[in-house]
Amino acid sequence: MERLEILKTYKIYIGGKFPRTESGRYYSPKNPKGELLGNICLSSRKDVRNAVVAARKAYGDWSERADFNRSQILYRIAEMLEGRKAQFIDELIVQGVSQKAAKQEVELTIDRLVYYAGWCDKYKQIQSSVNPVSSSHFNFSVQEPTGIVGIIADANSSLIGLVSSIAPVIAGGNTCVVLASEKLPLCAITFAEVINSSDVPGGVVNILTGKRTELISPLTTHMDVNAIFYSGKETEIIKELEESGALNLKRIHSYDEDWNKESSQNLYFITDFQELKTTWHPIENVGGASSSY
Amino acid sequence: MAKKIKEINWDYAPSLESTSHIEVKEKYELFIDGKFVKPSSGNYFNTVNPATNEVLSSIAYANEKDVDNAVKAARKAYNEVWSKLSGKERGKYIYRIARLMQERARELAVIETLDAGKTIRESRDIDIPLACNHFFYYAGWADKLEYAFPNRKVESLGVAGQIIPWNFPLLMAAWKIAPALAAGNTVVLKPAETTSLTAMKLAEIIRDSGLPAGVVNIVTGYGDTGAAIVNHEDINKVAFTGSTAVGKIIQKAIAGTGKKATLELGGKSANIIMDDAPIDQAVEGIINGIFFNQGHVCCAGSRLFVQEGVADVVIKKLKRRMDSLIIGNPLDKNTDVGAINSKEQLDTINKYIKIGINEGAEMYQASCEIPKNGYFCPPTIFTGVAQSSTIAQEEIFGPVLTIQTFRTVDEVIQKANNSPFGLAAGVWSDKGSRVFNLTSKLNAGVVWANTYNKFDPASPFGGFKESGYGREGGMHGLSAYVKLK
Amino acid sequence: MQDKKKMSNYLIPDFTLSPRIDKVGVEERVARFQTRSIKSESKMQALKMALNMIDLTTLEGKDTPNKVRQMCYKAMHLHDVYDGLPTVAAVCVYPSMVGVAKKEVINSTVKVASVSTAFPSGQAPLEVKLIDTKFAVEEGADEIDMVISRGKFLSGEYNFVFDEIAAVKEACGKARLKVILETGELVTLDNVRKASDIAMYAGADFIKTSTGKIQPAATMQVTYTMLEAIRDFNDATGIQIGMKPAGGISNSKLALHNLVMVKEVLGNDWLTNEWFRFGASSLANDVLMQILKAETGVYQSSNYFSID
Repeated sequence: MERLEILKTYKIYIGGKFPRTESGRYYSPKNPKGELLGNICLSSRKDVRNAVVAARKAYGDWSERADFNRSQILYRIAEMLEGRKAQFIDELIVQGVSQKAAKQEVELTIDRLVYYAGWCDKYKQIQSSVNPVSSSHFNFSVQEPTGIVGIIADANSSLIGLVSSIAPVIAGGNTCVVLASEKLPLCAITFAEVINSSDVPGGVVNILTGKRTELISPLTTHMDVNAIFYSGKETEIIKELEESGALNLKRIHSYDEDWNKESSQNLYFITDFQELKTTWHPIENVGGASSSY
Repeated sequence: MAKKIKEINWDYAPSLESTSHIEVKEKYELFIDGKFVKPSSGNYFNTVNPATNEVLSSIAYANEKDVDNAVKAARKAYNEVWSKLSGKERGKYIYRIARLMQERARELAVIETLDAGKTIRESRDIDIPLACNHFFYYAGWADKLEYAFPNRKVESLGVAGQIIPWNFPLLMAAWKIAPALAAGNTVVLKPAETTSLTAMKLAEIIRDSGLPAGVVNIVTGYGDTGAAIVNHEDINKVAFTGSTAVGKIIQKAIAGTGKKATLELGGKSANIIMDDAPIDQAVEGIINGIFFNQGHVCCAGSRLFVQEGVADVVIKKLKRRMDSLIIGNPLDKNTDVGAINSKEQLDTINKYIKIGINEGAEMYQASCEIPKNGYFCPPTIFTGVAQSSTIAQEEIFGPVLTIQTFRTVDEVIQKANNSPFGLAAGVWSDKGSRVFNLTSKLNAGVVWANTYNKFDPASPFGGFKESGYGREGGMHGLSAYVKLK
Repeated sequence: MQDKKKMSNYLIPDFTLSPRIDKVGVEERVARFQTRSIKSESKMQALKMALNMIDLTTLEGKDTPNKVRQMCYKAMHLHDVYDGLPTVAAVCVYPSMVGVAKKEVINSTVKVASVSTAFPSGQAPLEVKLIDTKFAVEEGADEIDMVISRGKFLSGEYNFVFDEIAAVKEACGKARLKVILETGELVTLDNVRKASDIAMYAGADFIKTSTGKIQPAATMQVTYTMLEAIRDFNDATGIQIGMKPAGGISNSKLALHNLVMVKEVLGNDWLTNEWFRFGASSLANDVLMQILKAETGVYQSSNYFSID
């Protein structure tokens, strides 16, 4: 007798927990063949709010961790993902990706995580500076995370776009609230499970599913969100983001990228979500002593 | 006290900087496409010396049509000349501007003081040298851009529209123009309506330098002139320094247009005195933090936090030091605090002083004589201020300091960061590990430890949060004017 | 007057907790004094004030009574062809020359200051230092310029330094005590501040930068640091202490900068020779030349100003 398969209930991911949406609503996206993907949470404004609160709560700890530690945690995500490769390939296939492309996408995603894991404790070495000011001061500039980043993930991929946005943002010490692809949401929630088992503190990554028309506005008007990572090129959305971002001068970055390209990764995706801090301190020159010591 | 043998009263006689070698024309035109042209409306507005309320000159009022002409000139210069020039040649032009400015430094300083009300000591020793140095610094970047952006190809943006404030008129023009030119852009710049003169002097210098026509265009006018620049469809980049309120309007206005922006906006920066600080130097840092340039400084240390153990002594010393400040004619070499930039700004400051009094805070003002003519405000501090007081939350942009006390490091970090702004901060302590704990936790783009209000062309400047985004100065200041491929 | 002050009932602080000094901040503050522009009548007033604050000094192994007598004459007759000039404040000599000097200036307002305590090194036992001091006082010194034991100070023996000053103060009797810190050997401004505090609490009437034998001597940074210490001591005890920068102040411009600094840190109360002195030998003639330049409108030559 054939065994009855256990179907997965897709939830959302807030503060390290997997609640259903507080609204109790759901939607039922279908794949290109017209098959039901599942009953997916239709997150509400309040879910956005809760996610931002969770992200803020996690921010202090995450941003102050040693960069080396964040590097290890990102690498750990890659390890976990490697272990669940088959599941992601299956999910991608269910969502309409070919077997070959699905395998490629999952592998590239893993490699991308490893790529950004390596950057965590290096980007500051490349992008910071000691500034040779004319007065008797030691002056240096170094990056600090911007804060809470709202990520509007690639609408046309389920996994690679999502991870390509999250990885540079958290590698730089930010926490984030992610709106998953509306029509391809499955991998986002499964990826949340990977994160949840990878030493990533709860709240660093929060993932919501649902309608962008409903969720973009509460996210981009939220006064405690500091930046937006938008993956896409819809001019109406970009305009809305930049307009409502003006409320608290969010840093708005829009990327029209094909994340399946090997080259769609670089240092600047990290530094776009960094603030530069310049510190001055006097240098005492005792008794006029010079280099002739 | 011993009995006094005789009463000694020694005061400094007036020591006015000479204005005899200064030429201020009766009228200034717009600088478009390498020429000085009349505004199409035929309208001019007066610029006054805020220390005397005397009219210095009348300034052309640019409208949309003038701005369009300026943008067209900038576009043409970009397409035909500037974008084709090698970095090396661009750099040489910028060096030349720096040198011409240095040669005319004293003249520029005097005009800055006349037009802006700032003291000659500051315009001579700070504003003008820094402005010259800014050009000199960025000139050297023009042929080295690829070193600043590893692994990327660097391209210029096109035409930059730049709008600058009245607090450091020539310096802000330098902060805007120098990196833009170094990165290969052309420029349409608008100075603030109360302080156009040094920008027009800079226009003369630029013309004399032989910079190709249209690479830098300077249009004078009010807010509507600025709006015309921001909204012009052929502008690729908007760089603005000014208030947060206007910054937000600009971000909204350019939403969805693809124009790149950097905004350097307001602040309410915390200056924190720990109980182990070098007290006398800290007091000097407080003075320099809030009374430098009459407090017309976006990064002014306008919120003072003093640890309770030293609060009494710090406040006592601060008051005494305030009393030794000389306020008066900005042209006098001994003046420490000059004139408020405009009547409008003086009204704003006085409004906040009234609010402070009404909120129940205790006010102390320096016991100096205030000139009768012109716009002046004595150095002012408020004690007994709470985090929720209006005067501790809103940017006053004048010589008004609020003082709060605190008990622990964690408390002061929380209070300092408890603000929508994040431009600058000051930390005073003798203990290295404590200094770096504070500097790393304060949400601010510039943190001065055991010093305050220091600027240098090599040092990036700009804010976190609602103090804006983008950096000016240093290697990082280049990214505001390039796109990476 | 001042000599009774040690009876007061203020607490002696822990000198290891003396305020910290940030040198770069001090340099910036000093630069502000140096940008003050002193013109016309306020310059003339200041130049005369400076003349009147000079301790005309000769401290050489080869000093002779004749040399000292000549200097004393100069002290009282700075430039007789020009009316209305003050005398200097004092002449400053070795103990062996006090008697000679006292006899010369006895009928003038010029005081006699004597260095003592095994000047300039201070490397002698306390008994010797006390004898040295008492000798000078008995010879007629109005003021005693002692040196602190810098070696002991740098070894952290602050109590030793304090007790020594207190003992010398007692030996001074009615003579006012100037305590020389020899800041060039203390090196850091933190040390200058600490030594200033020790000296004032131990009974100094004046604190003085240097012997003139060690470089750097009276830099403005050092003097500024000491002036702030005087201010704080005055706040804490109500006692006014004098200041004497010595060594290196050789021209009028430097002297004016120092006066600006005194005025802005301590106020006009200190702008008399009772509370402020310049220890200098060549300053007087430069100030005189400046005064004459202001008066006549032409630049002066040293040929016209006597060197004693």
